[in-house]
Amino acid sequence: MAVTVAAELVNATKKYGQVEALRGVSLTIQLGEVVAMLGPNGAGKTTSISLLLGLRKPTSGSARLFGLEPTDLAARSRVGVMLQESGIPQMLKVREIVDLFRSYYPAPMPRDRAIAMSGLEEKANALVKELSGGQRQRLYFALAVCGDPQVLFLDEPTVGMDVEGRRAFIERIAEFARLGRTVVLTTHYLEEADQLAKRVVVIDRGVIIADASPVEIKGKVAGKRIRFTAAGVTEARLDGLPVTTTTVEGNAVQLLTNDPVTVLRALFQRGLEISDLEVTGADLEDAFISLTSHRHN
Amino acid sequence: MLMRQTSAEFLKLWRVPAFSFTSLLLPVVFYGFIGVGQANQTMGPPSFVKFGAYFLASMAVYAVANVMIFSFGISVATERGMKMDLLMRATPLPPFVYLLSRCITALGFAALTLAVLFPFAYFAGSVRLDPSQWFTLGYRVLLGSIPFIALGFAIGYLSGPNSAIAVINLVYLPTAFASGLFFPKQLLPQVIQQISPYLPLYRFGQLGWDAIGAPTTDSVSTDWIYLAGYGVAFFAIAIWAYRREESRKFS
Repeated sequence: MAVTVAAELVNATKKYGQVEALRGVSLTIQLGEVVAMLGPNGAGKTTSISLLLGLRKPTSGSARLFGLEPTDLAARSRVGVMLQESGIPQMLKVREIVDLFRSYYPAPMPRDRAIAMSGLEEKANALVKELSGGQRQRLYFALAVCGDPQVLFLDEPTVGMDVEGRRAFIERIAEFARLGRTVVLTTHYLEEADQLAKRVVVIDRGVIIADASPVEIKGKVAGKRIRFTAAGVTEARLDGLPVTTTTVEGNAVQLLTNDPVTVLRALFQRGLEISDLEVTGADLEDAFISLTSHRHN
Repeated sequence: MLMRQTSAEFLKLWRVPAFSFTSLLLPVVFYGFIGVGQANQTMGPPSFVKFGAYFLASMAVYAVANVMIFSFGISVATERGMKMDLLMRATPLPPFVYLLSRCITALGFAALTLAVLFPFAYFAGSVRLDPSQWFTLGYRVLLGSIPFIALGFAIGYLSGPNSAIAVINLVYLPTAFASGLFFPKQLLPQVIQQISPYLPLYRFGQLGWDAIGAPTTDSVSTDWIYLAGYGVAFFAIAIWAYRREESRKFS
């Protein structure tokens, strides 16, 4: 039987000392899927990836890559990785280190293609230490794809990039995914998940709290976002409205709701001096906020 | 894979002038200052070996051990500090290929230092040895450097990226003096003379001095046995330190 499962966690828990980073996560990623793992810092995204890559061992439960132990070199040779905060030798040139990483894999892509895929053509002869932060991030991407892997793991790939850089980078990842490859990325930039992934896994405090398409996740929670400003507004004056979340910052209010008409009627009845009123469809970021804040309350 | 890894390791070291220059030139500079001036003086009975040859053996030992300890100690500590091991771990690179490539690189660098030092001693110090003596000195010095690979490795895993250089200088330089690599042992204080036979660098030095025909206190095989013993101990410490790190970072 051909293996169709790329990576799998079964009831995985992970404790660092007394801290429970994962509290029973089960997750199956099929070949060809593009999956985004979302969650705030410390939710357990990086830990999940580390378990899948065999960089950490689960305290209980299991992690598998292509049905093998994640530390198995046969499994690893089908995987490309971009990790947070990992260093690379400073004194090698871009093309040298790409060649080095290519040599680790049984059937790598041509060096120039890997460099082109990450947009580093002009820096091919530069030393790693001469690269800017964004360029270095692109180099990590080149190193992740140069082995022509079936599965790409990207842990917060766009961290530290500006909006434009992020957009371009997401397009590079999408280009790789269009080759039919599996991509697993973690992020807390939520529009990235929306742009890229067909499946979003939301992790919070070490458990999966949602696992669905971006559309479903948006549908599950608040559908509309209401924004306005009102002088002297307080959370107390907004009590009892049919909303999923309420955010008050000074005079600016943001409400997430599935029933905007009722909310607006109630607001006007309460005699709030409303200006700058805006009602829009909630994006994934809003959906995410209401998903997680639900649980905290 | 091994070739690529080795050439990458070599370039990494080569492009750090603080390492490549000091490893290649420092022994030559020492030789120029201390060795050349009195190269033709005979060491006196019972040996009649010229100081130039004697000091060449000393510096060969010094240079090679220097490469091993620095290339491993400092680069391992630095790479750990920069979390370079993290990404490597997630690749299909087998750990033994990585280790082997580093050993080959270090030995290659060590050979390179000899390739600079030997001609310098020949021309500047007018050192004349039998071809077999040159050869014996070369291979003994390279073979005997292997325990120091383990020592460098152990230091690299036990000390932090910033303290590695300090630790190495603190340990290595005084030991080199105490082992008689800069001044013959007879000129050292009594206390130190009593310690020096137990220092790994002293045993290593004896192998070098014997190779060029200078008298030594013990037989060559005794020196090898000592060195092998140190080698085993250093490897044990290195493996322990490596495992300790593993269980901290990757469990």
